[in-house]
Amino acid sequence: MSIVTVESLRKLYPGHGPHDEAVLALDEVSFGVADCEFCSILGHSGCGKTTLLMMMAGFEAPSGGRILVDGRPVGRPTWRRSVVFQEYALFPWMTVEKNIAFGLEMKRIPREAQRGIVAHNVELVGLQGFEHRYPHQLSGGMKQRVSIARALAVDPEVLLMDEPFAALDAQNRSRMQEEMGRILASNDPRVRKTMVLVTHSIEEAILLSDHVVVLTRRPGRVKAQIRVELPRPRRETDPDFVALKQRIRDLIHDEFEPER
Amino acid sequence: MLSAVLRRARRLALLMVLLAAWWYVSEHVLDRSTRTLLPPPQVVVRAAWELMRSGELWRQLHDSLMRELVAFSWACLSIPVGIAMGWWKAVEEQVDPVVEMLRPVPPLAWIPLSILWFGIGNTQNEFIIFLGCFFPILINTVAGVKGVEPNLVRAARCLGAGVWQILWRIVLRAALPQIVTGVRVGLGVGWMALVAAELVGANSGLGFLINDSRTILRTDYVIVGMATIGVVGFALDRIIREAVRRLMPWSQALNK
Repeated sequence: MSIVTVESLRKLYPGHGPHDEAVLALDEVSFGVADCEFCSILGHSGCGKTTLLMMMAGFEAPSGGRILVDGRPVGRPTWRRSVVFQEYALFPWMTVEKNIAFGLEMKRIPREAQRGIVAHNVELVGLQGFEHRYPHQLSGGMKQRVSIARALAVDPEVLLMDEPFAALDAQNRSRMQEEMGRILASNDPRVRKTMVLVTHSIEEAILLSDHVVVLTRRPGRVKAQIRVELPRPRRETDPDFVALKQRIRDLIHDEFEPER
Repeated sequence: MLSAVLRRARRLALLMVLLAAWWYVSEHVLDRSTRTLLPPPQVVVRAAWELMRSGELWRQLHDSLMRELVAFSWACLSIPVGIAMGWWKAVEEQVDPVVEMLRPVPPLAWIPLSILWFGIGNTQNEFIIFLGCFFPILINTVAGVKGVEPNLVRAARCLGAGVWQILWRIVLRAALPQIVTGVRVGLGVGWMALVAAELVGANSGLGFLINDSRTILRTDYVIVGMATIGVVGFALDRIIREAVRRLMPWSQALNK
């Protein structure tokens, strides 16, 4: 439950020699995410969208501009802005339950209360019966569920997701997208959060978002911002969905065609 | 069933041939005086039985293992040092030159100096084993820490973990498979160094047993001592591997 403001953000990776030139990853990126809004950052690989997310989390510092959450500049990483990583980043030596409880432990939540929160989140992502499995005993889709549950369990103000479904096979991906849509549609206050999703999939962005920020190729700049006002749950076959998809595709093609 | 047994037996064929050759050479090629230098296998087996029954072998083995254990416990200090080196650049910058100076010196080269420092006995032996164990564990720990998946650390940070919690709960665990590799190498090197240290600087232990038996020309005892060293070294490694398999079932998944 927070407002995120990105103001003239720049990220420059300095080079280290004549054959390693400085790279401008992001340039003059500005946009805002409203309270409890689901915002997708859409762009091709290499447009700096992951860098943008990592800066929102506080893992990397901007070279210029700033990111504000509820008016305060982003500092060190905290559970207030938890992250779902592309390759899940689950702790392999912890069971599903322990993974989800990790952030609660760090928050020094009493054990009794932890149990309830873990159970609730396990149920939310549909992993009942798998609490005592280790990550290597789970499929990719299940791992990503654990990762989402772990990030939600700490009750963050902003949930940041870095291509969370990209590593999944097509079937699992659409299932996870659907489920994510279902989770978003629920009115559970513990799930109603400001969310930022980084993706290169137009469908995924439309399926889940209230607001899509389209980035240009390197250096990443804001190409367009689009509000998605289709009713939920959304269907990819819905004519409005198809029309919007075509619109965004044209936008992206404008950008990428000349470079080929 | 029978074919499975045969297949296993076939793998031992060369070993059997070599044992037979040993027996043949010892019994039929060597004469009475040179035979003492290479007693036939059955004599060695009998010697092993004697040493076991009298408790001599167990006593020496116990002394050697205790030294290995004490030295290994001290050498485990390399784990926190290695984690600090892998995590903080400043620590590595300072410690690395020292390590690189000391590491190429074989533990055996320390034996003369260590005898002068500690005299003959446990402390000197343990010091040599310690040197053998320390560096492999250190090097592997540093590499393990540097190889920790960065997103695991990031995930922990954004879940609210502080630096000590990250080092203890994340980095140590994630580096553990490689640390264990270091422990296996370290114990092996330490075990070899131990025997060398005992050859010259001890009044007990398997190395002492070998050397002492040499002075009275009991080559059968010498060979028993050598075989025991080999078997125990092998067993140590196996025990660790088995322990890893049971205690860290997730580590295989991590290494793939």
